Amino acid sequence: MSGATAVRTGRTRRARRRRIGIAALAALLVVLAAGMLMLGKTVYPIDDVVRVIIGQDVPGASFTVGTLRIPRLAAGALAGIAFGIAGSTFQTLLRNPLASPDVIGITSGASAAAVLSLVVLHWSAAATTALALAVGILTAVVIYAAARGGESTGGRLILIGIGVGAMMNAVVQFLVQRAAEWDVSVAMRWLTGSLNGVRLEDLGPLAIAAVVLVPIVMVLSRDLRALELGDASATALGVRVDRARVLLIVAAVALACFATATTGPIAFVAFLSGPIAARIVGAGGSPVIPAALVGACLVLLADLVGQFGFDTAFPVGVITGIVGAPYLIFLLIRTSRLGGSS
Amino acid sequence: MTSATARTRRSARTIWGVAGGVVLVAVGVTVSLAFGSRVVSIAEIGEGLRAFVSGDTAQEIGAIAVAERIPRTALSVIAGAALALSGGVMQAITRNPIADPGILGVNTGAALFVVCGMAFFGMSSVFSYLGLALAGGALAAVVVYLVGSVGAGGATPIKLALAGAAVTASLSSLVSAVLLPRAAAMNEFRFWQVGGTGGADWSSIAIVAPLIVVAAIVVFCLASGMNSLALGDDVARGLGVHVGRTRALAAAAGVVLCAAVTAVAGPIAFVGLMVPHAVRLVVGPDQRAILPISALGGAALLTIADTIGRVIGSPGEIEAGIITAFVGAPVLVAIARRTRMRAL
Repeated sequence: MSGATAVRTGRTRRARRRRIGIAALAALLVVLAAGMLMLGKTVYPIDDVVRVIIGQDVPGASFTVGTLRIPRLAAGALAGIAFGIAGSTFQTLLRNPLASPDVIGITSGASAAAVLSLVVLHWSAAATTALALAVGILTAVVIYAAARGGESTGGRLILIGIGVGAMMNAVVQFLVQRAAEWDVSVAMRWLTGSLNGVRLEDLGPLAIAAVVLVPIVMVLSRDLRALELGDASATALGVRVDRARVLLIVAAVALACFATATTGPIAFVAFLSGPIAARIVGAGGSPVIPAALVGACLVLLADLVGQFGFDTAFPVGVITGIVGAPYLIFLLIRTSRLGGSS
Repeated sequence: MTSATARTRRSARTIWGVAGGVVLVAVGVTVSLAFGSRVVSIAEIGEGLRAFVSGDTAQEIGAIAVAERIPRTALSVIAGAALALSGGVMQAITRNPIADPGILGVNTGAALFVVCGMAFFGMSSVFSYLGLALAGGALAAVVVYLVGSVGAGGATPIKLALAGAAVTASLSSLVSAVLLPRAAAMNEFRFWQVGGTGGADWSSIAIVAPLIVVAAIVVFCLASGMNSLALGDDVARGLGVHVGRTRALAAAAGVVLCAAVTAVAGPIAFVGLMVPHAVRLVVGPDQRAILPISALGGAALLTIADTIGRVIGSPGEIEAGIITAFVGAPVLVAIARRTRMRAL
């Protein structure tokens, strides 16, 4: 077999693995979504659910599925997509699997702003999202500015991000504790992320953000792959490095902030999605779509487990937190073992 | 001769450091007694203190306010000193500038054990909280340190911080998982979750104070051994230090100091991180100077933070733990900027 053929076969095999991986993830997402709509106190058969979706009036199911379960599903899927894309974009841009917006404190900043707006100032969903976005971007700018200069900016960025995140979490805890109407579900949402009590009308900002920002990130992600090779190679390939990077960072921060303003900072989804996606579809190819699918699957799966896996219903963030942190520890140990500097 | 001069200069700085620390503690205690929802005069402070010492109940309102503030001031002094000492010890034995009880997960480990005790075993005394907090804090610190020190380079700042963040995140999820089905425990715990000295009373202080004093004495006795550790394990061994024993004893004392505070005051982060660094800037690298002065500085910091929280938050209060988080995060940023860091 000649060299060129070998390369071509390898490429075909990788492309096939990627297609199969994406198809499998999409199928899993559909199954999970069906589960989200069918399961609950009352279990509705699939044809009832379909009839509700196409607008027919089904006694009982119309309310339960239409008013309760569809918003929950939409919020979970959208937040998962947003967190997944935001996380994988950060990880690729900063060339570090640990540098996702939830590890380095950006979602904590957005969460602090959201809780301030909703619980203390009683602003509307749109104003809350705007404030969360502003504070999230501000947090990112502060972390980036503080970490800038000298060598090993990456490591310093993560360390500083953890510190800023701790500060923002203190704010969230304080505001949640002081909220006049102390409410467990409110507290859980802003501390770990939860889909409980999501209403369809609160989803507007997140839906619009997803529709606008996801295509932008997908177009730019061609450049993202070049950035993965390092700034110099990317410039040589004709990518305008600074512009692409700034645009991508802003889009990723925005996605994370919009999602946080709606569901709270669902722990570790942004951190987990990229690496899991890479495991499933293999390296090479844009990480955006696989990471988005993995993010959505993670949130829905964790929410199903949280709702039905135990005697008590746990919010989604508690489940992803318990699953995600050991993976972070595993990643730390493995990276250190290899002696790799990332 | 030069070394003699340098030594004189250092000991002069140490004396200044001690003097400054004592003055700061005095200021902290005074403002803590004087300010709050109601500002009292010096005369009223005197009256309140006199009533406290002679065992009377204070008569007029100002003196009553002072009497109310005495226990929490005492707890702030003890807790601040213990936390700063704990941070100093952990930084010394790990040779790591960002070691802090909060970052090493001691607080969350303590929280998880306390919550499990409340939820599963119906424990509610300060004494049982103390034991649980000690066990949980020690366990979490060991896990974080082990995870953070795997691989080349040992426990680098960033690996330690990430290990701490990861363990903290998973433990807090477990805390939520234990608490959510139990509304009563949740309500009790939510006030414990934000660290502060507002709930101070003499019976709980009496339980933790002896423990803190013993641990502090152990730490002071180990100070010169820790100086040798700073030179590296091999050199320290060459100087005749029992490296393993020194480190184990110091670590145990450090965890006891922090966990004891966590048991009565809840998690208060960043005091242990900030104070030893500030002190080191003033008095240089000698642990025999850093540790005692850090204790003074921590006491001053926490009393002042507690007072600020009461003044800003009036008529309620903002817990000291939130004030220290706000002061501490920028300090962490500054340390991260100064430290030359290998990326992971």
